[in-house]
Amino acid sequence: MMEWLSDYGAFLTSRQEDILIALRDHIYISAISIILGAIVAIPVGIWLAGSRIGWLNSTVFTVANVLQTIPSLALLAILIPLLGIGRTPAVFALFLYSIMPIMRNTYSGFKAVDPNVMEAARGMGYSRLQRLLRIQLPLSFPYIMSGLRVTTVYIISWATLATLIGAGGLGQLIFSGLGVNKKELIVTGAILAVILALAADFLLGLAERWVTAKTRSTPASGTV
Amino acid sequence: MIRFENVRKTYDDGFEALKTINLEIKEGELTVLIGPSGCGKSTLMKHINRLNNPTSGKIYIRDKDISSIDPVELRRSIGYVIQNVGLFPHMNIAKNVAVVPRLLKWDKEVTAGKVDELLSMVNLDPDVYRNRYPAELSGGQQQRIGVIRALAADPDVILLDEPFSALDPISREQLQDELIRLQQELKKTIVFVTHDMDEAIKIADTIVLMKDGQVVQTGSPEHILRHPANEFVTSFIGKKHLTTDTLDPGLIVDDVMSVNPVTASPERGMAAAIQFMERHRVDSLIIVGKKRELLGYVSIFNVLKGYRHEDTRLADIMKPFVHVVESGSSVALALTLMNEHGLPYVPVVRDGQLAGLVTRGSVVRHMAEIYNPDDMSLEELAAEAEKLKEEAPLEPAEADQDEERGERS
Repeated sequence: MMEWLSDYGAFLTSRQEDILIALRDHIYISAISIILGAIVAIPVGIWLAGSRIGWLNSTVFTVANVLQTIPSLALLAILIPLLGIGRTPAVFALFLYSIMPIMRNTYSGFKAVDPNVMEAARGMGYSRLQRLLRIQLPLSFPYIMSGLRVTTVYIISWATLATLIGAGGLGQLIFSGLGVNKKELIVTGAILAVILALAADFLLGLAERWVTAKTRSTPASGTV
Repeated sequence: MIRFENVRKTYDDGFEALKTINLEIKEGELTVLIGPSGCGKSTLMKHINRLNNPTSGKIYIRDKDISSIDPVELRRSIGYVIQNVGLFPHMNIAKNVAVVPRLLKWDKEVTAGKVDELLSMVNLDPDVYRNRYPAELSGGQQQRIGVIRALAADPDVILLDEPFSALDPISREQLQDELIRLQQELKKTIVFVTHDMDEAIKIADTIVLMKDGQVVQTGSPEHILRHPANEFVTSFIGKKHLTTDTLDPGLIVDDVMSVNPVTASPERGMAAAIQFMERHRVDSLIIVGKKRELLGYVSIFNVLKGYRHEDTRLADIMKPFVHVVESGSSVALALTLMNEHGLPYVPVVRDGQLAGLVTRGSVVRHMAEIYNPDDMSLEELAAEAEKLKEEAPLEPAEADQDEERGERS
């Protein structure tokens, strides 16, 4: 056991550079996908929650649901003829996967705001934008954050597949390990992916608590 | 102050929520809009702060056509309280109260002072409540905050949409009293929507009675009670408000008795009796047999006396009733009995079985329910009572006596 650990230590030192590059690429791919997902899905979720067009809501959710169910390998394969190989198709695929949970949570969060609260806000003279920024967003913030956290965790895990279309990342360590039958590579890639997911979730949790505490203890920001 | 001119509201589906409303709401008055649900009272009120806009017609506040005012600006100048309170759960009480001043960008210190002043006005200690969150307050306290939130920016007009109807009866009474007090202090123009006639009579300067999108009658509570415009008004006001015979000799004991007196079986022991009295907070028990036949009563003093002997049963210590009244007897008879003999209550029997209990409490409750529309002075009431007394027999009534209800009613 001790022997194996020291061998493993030696292996880590020797491959340090590769490992760090893989980690960096992995963080990069995941982060870009989630940020893009949030930029698209949060406003769409907000808009759908406010819209009264029933068929549109169901259409959007159906499309997002279908995207969600396409097997990831298949989606990557489909994207090769469209976007080629490399990071772009990988980020695009992960972005598609991130839309649904973020949108769904944003939508639920906005729907969960007490209609009485909204009526009171309207009746007291909040403009539409003020209602959005001072009432709806703060109240649905926990929902949106939980959507982001769930998405982040599994996007980080799925990003290991990105290496299949040449996007690099921790998946590359795992697949090379498979290729040359080197367990250390596989273990390193997997453990780093797990640690990365947990760390991201933890940091987002901290951010959520920080923002909640801030909006609760100081007056809401000035007039918009 | 607020004037509706030929206001009509038709929804997209063709439903006519308001049919040509012409109405003037007077400055400094508390006007109650009342009617059955779906009559348009809420819809009408929401036209004042442009939460609803009329299909046709005009609304003026101080002779200014409100369709020319930006709705957001208009709403900030009008207080608004809704039924389900609608406090902002993520803001503390101080921030909730200061919502409109903050929207109007008042100076922070002026706002804070105003918040404290308003909290004190509804008897909530600012130091205690300022930093609490709505979820930490009771329903009554939350609606107090709802009301002072509407007052925060000193609006001339305040709209209240069934503000107290979700509250328990005690909080509702308190808040009604506080609203009347605030109104007397602040002299605001208040428009209050309710479906509760008792509430309207209690708080209104003017009542506007509505039905099917139309105003049926407008007037002071006094005027509407005395001169209901039609059948609908009469039925809406409710029978109890219209009963002219406040001390109707035809009133029978069955109307006023409490039907669930605390009874016990004669087989019970003393400890059980004490526990029973404690639980129901009474000082005596009516003893009835298996078929609810009236056997007698025990008082707490008898029970305590009998407590020493473990095998004492209620049957051993109970006393028979000297005075009972038959179901269908006049209330005057029961009252006279209670008065003459200093009885706290008189049992009502039907075929020898206990039907109920006339107590002082039950009589007072019944009287309180009857509105006295003739505004009789105390002297007149006393004379009326005297007359009743003369009519009522003075001798103790036995269980089988008293066939005179035919004559009395």
